[in-house]
Amino acid sequence: MAGGARVTAARVGVVVFPGTNCEHDAVSALTSLGGQAELVWHTAERLEGFDAVVLPGGFAHGDYLRPGAIARFAPVMGAVSRFAAAGGPVVGICNGFQVLTEAGLLPGALQKNAALRFLCAPAALRVTSSRSVLTAGVPVGTELMVPINHFSGSYVCDAATLEELRAEDRIVLRYVENPNGSVDDIAAVANAAGNVVGLMPHPERAVSELLGSADGAVLLRALLASAAGERAA
Amino acid sequence: MAEPHQHQPVHRALGLTDDELTAIEAVLGREPNHLELAMYSVMWSEHCSYKSSRVHLRRLPTEGARVLVGPGENAGVVDAGDGIAVAIRIESHNHPSAIEPHQGAATGVGGILRDIFTMGARPLAVMDPLFFGPPDDARQRWLVEGVVAGISSYGNSVGVPTVGGELTFDPGYAQNPLVNVLCLGALPVERLVLGRASGTGNLAVLLGSRTGRDGIGGVSVLASAGFSEAAADDTKRPSVQVGDPFEEKRLIEACLALLDEGLVVGIQDLGGAGLACATSETAARGRVGMDVDVTAVPRREEGMTPWEVMTSESQERMLAIVTPDNWPAVAAVCRKWEVRATVVGRVTDPVHEPGSVEPVGRLRIRDGIDGAVLADVPAASLADDAPLYRRPLAVPADLEVRRQDDPGDEPPGDCGAELLSLLADPSWVYRQYDHQLFLNTVVGPGGDAALLRLAGPGLPPSHRGIAVTTDSAPRWCALDPRTGTAAVVAEAVANLACVGARAVAVVNCLNFGNPEHPEVMWQLSEAIDGMTAACTALELPVIGGNVSLYNESGGADIDPTPVIGALGLVEELAARPPGIGWTAGSTVLLVGPRRAGPATASAAGPSPGTPAADPFPLGGSRWAIECRGHRGGVVAPVDLAAHRRVVDLVAGLVAETVAGGGGLLTGVHDVAGGGLAVALAEMAVGAEVGVRIDGVEGHAELFTEIGSRFVVATERPDEVADRAEAAGVPVTRLGTAGGDRLVVDGLVDLSLAAVAGEWRDALPHRLEGPAAQEA
Amino acid sequence: MRFVARVEVRLRPGIADPEGATIERALPALGFDDVHGVRAGRAFRFEVEAADAAAAEARVEELAHRLLANPVIEDSEWRVVPG
Repeated sequence: MAGGARVTAARVGVVVFPGTNCEHDAVSALTSLGGQAELVWHTAERLEGFDAVVLPGGFAHGDYLRPGAIARFAPVMGAVSRFAAAGGPVVGICNGFQVLTEAGLLPGALQKNAALRFLCAPAALRVTSSRSVLTAGVPVGTELMVPINHFSGSYVCDAATLEELRAEDRIVLRYVENPNGSVDDIAAVANAAGNVVGLMPHPERAVSELLGSADGAVLLRALLASAAGERAA
Repeated sequence: MAEPHQHQPVHRALGLTDDELTAIEAVLGREPNHLELAMYSVMWSEHCSYKSSRVHLRRLPTEGARVLVGPGENAGVVDAGDGIAVAIRIESHNHPSAIEPHQGAATGVGGILRDIFTMGARPLAVMDPLFFGPPDDARQRWLVEGVVAGISSYGNSVGVPTVGGELTFDPGYAQNPLVNVLCLGALPVERLVLGRASGTGNLAVLLGSRTGRDGIGGVSVLASAGFSEAAADDTKRPSVQVGDPFEEKRLIEACLALLDEGLVVGIQDLGGAGLACATSETAARGRVGMDVDVTAVPRREEGMTPWEVMTSESQERMLAIVTPDNWPAVAAVCRKWEVRATVVGRVTDPVHEPGSVEPVGRLRIRDGIDGAVLADVPAASLADDAPLYRRPLAVPADLEVRRQDDPGDEPPGDCGAELLSLLADPSWVYRQYDHQLFLNTVVGPGGDAALLRLAGPGLPPSHRGIAVTTDSAPRWCALDPRTGTAAVVAEAVANLACVGARAVAVVNCLNFGNPEHPEVMWQLSEAIDGMTAACTALELPVIGGNVSLYNESGGADIDPTPVIGALGLVEELAARPPGIGWTAGSTVLLVGPRRAGPATASAAGPSPGTPAADPFPLGGSRWAIECRGHRGGVVAPVDLAAHRRVVDLVAGLVAETVAGGGGLLTGVHDVAGGGLAVALAEMAVGAEVGVRIDGVEGHAELFTEIGSRFVVATERPDEVADRAEAAGVPVTRLGTAGGDRLVVDGLVDLSLAAVAGEWRDALPHRLEGPAAQEA
Repeated sequence: MRFVARVEVRLRPGIADPEGATIERALPALGFDDVHGVRAGRAFRFEVEAADAAAAEARVEELAHRLLANPVIEDSEWRVVPG
C-alpha cells in the first residue's frame, strides 16, 4: 500500500481516558506515516477539525467493572458518536475496541481470553474485508503480522449478529490461529457503513522492521487515506 | 500490628533492641513516646536502614564519568547522551510475595515505579528476576501463577512494559521465593529532581491514595522477621498491601506534569515506613525541619491512631514539596488527573541546639498544624542515624566439604537426554507481560538482554539504544560467593554485549539469609568483595542497590542470591542484532576460552581453599545439579581482564550490525546455564536450523559453564578470526549450521523438532500439566 | 429513606464462561465432585436514598442496566431492602 499523493496530512484525534496508555504510541505511529495526530482529553465535547478519530489501547478507568464500561460515559463519547454518525472514520484499538462495543457503536462484546491469561504476542491476521476505513484498498486474503496485547480479547456476539456481520461483509480481520477464543476467529469488525472499526491487535506496534514488523502500517495507511478522503469530501 | 505483648517492653515488641532504645534516648535526651518509638522502629529496621550491610556496601565502587546520581537516592541515574538521563533501580518484594503472591508482586512493581518517577523520569521498562521452588507441587504453582499474574496485571495496566527477567527453580526457594523487580526510566537531563525539602513555609502535599491500615508496621513485620511454618500465612496476612495500578497511572501522569511545569520543589515516594520515611528523608536531605499535621492525612478507615497514619504503607502515594504560590496550580493538575492532593505539613527552619554543630531540622508530628506536638525528633536521626552493625562473619563449617565434593567424577550419561531436560522456553511467563509499549522494544524477553530504543514521551530525539539485563548465579554463590558474584557481573556484561551494548553501570539486589548467622554475613561480605573486584576491573559503577535479608525458613537460609541489573548503551540503533540463531551454512565458533584457566591476579577469586583448576569444571553447573543432584564442587574461576577483551570484541561485532552496517555475525549467544549444549540448542531452535558440531571432548566440555564465552555464527569466519586475534581473544571452530538435526559428534544426535518441542513444552507442562495444553 | 441494594451480574445462558468452567474443572481434585454448573459472576452492594421501596428498586434497576451489566453478554438480578 502506497500512501498516495498527500495534499495535506490527515488530522487524527487520539482520545485519552484516564488509564489509556497507548496514546503516545498511536500518535508516534500515525505521525511516522505522514498523519498529523494529536491527543484529545476525554472531557472534550467536540471533535470538529479532525478527519479521523482513534481510541487507543490501555486500561481506561483501570478496566474496573468491565473494560470500557466507564469510559463509554465520558463526554468525548457523545462527540465520537456524532462524528461516526456523520461518516467520520473511527478506529478503536484493543481497549478502544472494548469502549466502542460498550458504547454500542459496534456489535458484540469482548470477554476474557479463553485461557484466562493476559496475552502479548505476535498474531498472524488475514484481511477478510476491504469494506472498512482500516482496510480500504487492502486486498482480501492479505496476511499481516501484528501484535496482540490483551486479557479481554475474546470476541463474542449472538448468532443473529454473527450472521449479519458475515452477510454484510463486516468481519474485517480474522486470526490465522485463534489465540483467545474469539467467535469465528474474529480480530476486527466494522459497523454497517464501514467507517467505525474495532480491532484487538495493535497496528501501531508494527510500523517498523526495527521493532519486528511493519505490517501494521498497511492498516494505518489505509486509515490515513480514508481520513484524507474524508477531508477532501 | 498487634498490640505489644504485656510481658515485654514496647520497644522490643516493635523490634528495637535495648541498645537501640538507649541510642534513641540519647538522641532525644528523654524517653521516646509510643509514636516516636513506632517511627524509629520502622526507620531503623533492617529494611529501611541497612544497618547490617552498610559497612560492607561502602566498599563498592560508585563513581563513573556518566554517573549523575549514585546510591542513596531513590534511583541511580546515568547520562545516556543526547540530553537524556536514564534512571534505574532494583528492589526485592520477597516476603510480601510469599504471603500473598499476586498483591505482593503487584505492589513490588508499583513501589519501584514510584522510585523512578520520583526522580523525574518516566518509567519505561520493568524486569523481574523470580526464584521459586520446583513447580511440582500445588503451592509452588500457586506462587508462580500468582506472582506472574500480579506483575502482569499491575505492570500492563499501569502502562510500563516488562521487557525481561529471569526464572529460577530450586528447592532452596520453596519456602522463601524471591521476587525482585528492576525498573528503568528516562528523562531530559535538565528535569532531574531529588527527593528533598527546602524553603521554610513551603507546603508538604500528600498526593494519591488515602491512608489505610494496610501494611501497618509492614516494614518491621514483613521484612525483618523470618518465616516459620506456623506463622507463614494467617498472622501476617493483614499486613499485606493492595495495589491499584489505575491510581498509580494517574499519579505518574500527574507527577510528571507537575515536574514538567516546574511546580514542585522536591518530591518523594511513600514506600516502606510510609509517611514517617518520606517526611524524615525529605527533611533530612534538605537539612530542614518539617511540621506534619497528622489529622490532615486523608484516611480510608475511622479511628486510626497517629502511629498507624505515620507508618502505614498504603500504596500509590507521593509527598511533594510545593511553594504556597504554586499550590493552586498543583491542585489544578491533580484535579485533571483525578489525583487527591492534600496539604499535610510545612517546611520549618532548622534550629540551633546546644551541642550540635549545625542547626537541626526537627520532624514534628502535630494534632492540627498548630496543635499539640505528638512527636518531636531530629529528622536526620530517623533517616540517617540508625546504628550500624559490624556483625560477626564465619566461613560456613561445611563449605570445605562441599567444595571437595566435585561433580567431575560423575560418569557421563545420555548427553542428548540430559540436554533436553535442561531446556525451557520462558514465554509462558513473558507472554503475560506487555513487553512492547512505547514502541521501544527491539529485543524483548527471551533474548540475552533487552534492547530498547532510547525514546519516550517528552524525550529529545536520539538514535541511541539502551540495553538492560538481570543475572544471578545462586548455585555458584553457594559454593563460592566471591567468585560467583564476580561471575554474575561478568555474565551481565556478556549479555549486554550480545545485543551490541557496552555496560555503563550496575545495580544490585542482595538477597541473603539471616544476618544474625555469621555464615550469612560472610557470604554477604564475600559477595560484595566479588562485586567490587568485577566492577572495578570492568570499570562499572554500582549506582544503586537493595539488600533483602532474613530470607530463611525454619532456620535454613537461602543460597546467597545477589542479583545484578546491568545497563548498557548502544551508540547507534538502526537495525536488529543477529540474535539467538544462525543462518544455514554459517560457521559456528566459540569465542573466548575453551578451557578454564587458573585464577589470575585480576580474577575475583580464588577464595580460601580452592583446589587446582579443572579444564571443564562442573561445580555449581545446571548439569551437575539438575541432571545429577550434585550440588558440591569447585566453580570456574573468572579472569576479568580476559573477560573484558572478549566482551569488547563481541559488543563491537554486534554493534556493527545494530548500527545498520550489516556486520559479520549471523547469530550470537553467550554460554551460560547449561553450558555449550544449551547455548547451541537455543540457537538452533531460534533459527529453526540444525547444526553439526565436532571436536567436543566429552560431557564435561559440553555442560561446563566457564564464563567469558560466546557462541557466534558467521558467514565470514576468517574475518571474525582475524578480529579476535587482533583483540587477543581465542576462537575455536565448533562446526556448521544447517540441516534439521542437532548433532554434537559422539555425544548428541537429536532431531530439531524434538529439541524445539521439549524447549517449548517444558515449562507449560510443569506449570499446568500436559492436559492443560489441549484445553 | 435509605435502602441497601445487592446486585448480582452474571453471564447470560449460552455465553461461554471460561472462569466458571476453570473453577468447575478444579473441583473434583478438591473432593467437590458433587458440584456442577458453576457460573462466575460478580456482586455489588450499595446504598440508595429513595422515597419508598418501589422508587429504590427502579433506581437500582436503571443502574444495573446502564452500567453494572453489559446487556450484550450479561444478566442482572437485584434485591433491595430497607437499610
